[in-house]
Amino acid sequence: MKTNIAIFFSAFVFAIGLGISGMTDANKVIGFLNAAGDWDPALAFVMVGAIGAHLATFKLITNRPSPLFEAKFSVPTRNDIDARLVVGSGLFGIGWALGGFCPGPALVSSITGAPAALVFVGALLCGMALFHAGHKAWVATQSTEGQTA
Amino acid sequence: MSPMIESIINAIIGGVFIGAAASMLMLFTGRVAGISGIVGPLLQPKSGDVAWRLTFVAGLLAGGVALMAQNPAVFASPSTRSLFVVGVAGLVVGVGVRMGNGCTSGHGVCGLSRLSIRSQVATCVFMGTGFATATAIQIFNGGVL
Repeated sequence: MKTNIAIFFSAFVFAIGLGISGMTDANKVIGFLNAAGDWDPALAFVMVGAIGAHLATFKLITNRPSPLFEAKFSVPTRNDIDARLVVGSGLFGIGWALGGFCPGPALVSSITGAPAALVFVGALLCGMALFHAGHKAWVATQSTEGQTA
Repeated sequence: MSPMIESIINAIIGGVFIGAAASMLMLFTGRVAGISGIVGPLLQPKSGDVAWRLTFVAGLLAGGVALMAQNPAVFASPSTRSLFVVGVAGLVVGVGVRMGNGCTSGHGVCGLSRLSIRSQVATCVFMGTGFATATAIQIFNGGVL
């Protein structure tokens, strides 16, 4: 129970931060990404605040033997750069600029019932499921080839 | 205070909340606060791995409700994009974040904070294609799509 309260509270603070910072305003996001218009640089400072706060505390936290409510830390350790990372991130950036939403702000905005936020979140989930299905099919063909080779 | 300065101060304060929230989740559960990495696996549920993800999403939505009650002006739909384009955007983001294993939160905030090389590359790429896309829409279509 206390674990769930802690998770809920973390996500709540995350959402408040998205709202205060301007990330839930899709027009502001588009204004930030559009370098040819009346450029609004403010959102660059979201990264400054967020990375500052997280970087300052990350080592202190992960130097502990374990997190407070779980047995161990689950931090990604991969350091290889593959096409999947680059193409996926490239697609994400295109979609972010097309709609003005990234996943967190879109989910938080969905509670307003605004059509754009709801359409974005619905399509986001479809896109994720589409990738999962495509990836599964691809992995299946790879393993079949492996068996026949 | 000029609107730009105020906007920058809000961005920094909001950013500190986001970074602090990511640190809290790491301290409490040892997990990375990447939104797409938390939400995505809910579509391929594994037993024992669903409840905490739903709890996180519930916290995000509750935060949205609190924001709506305090200051609904923080929310705005894209006035320069049609609903169709927003739908295409969602689809492209959905495929992209699962393919690239992260979005603005997982790579941009959490990954950069632990100096992950994958997240540095991912963030440079999505910032690059994001700027290129919005700027191209401005140049070739007057900023509207």
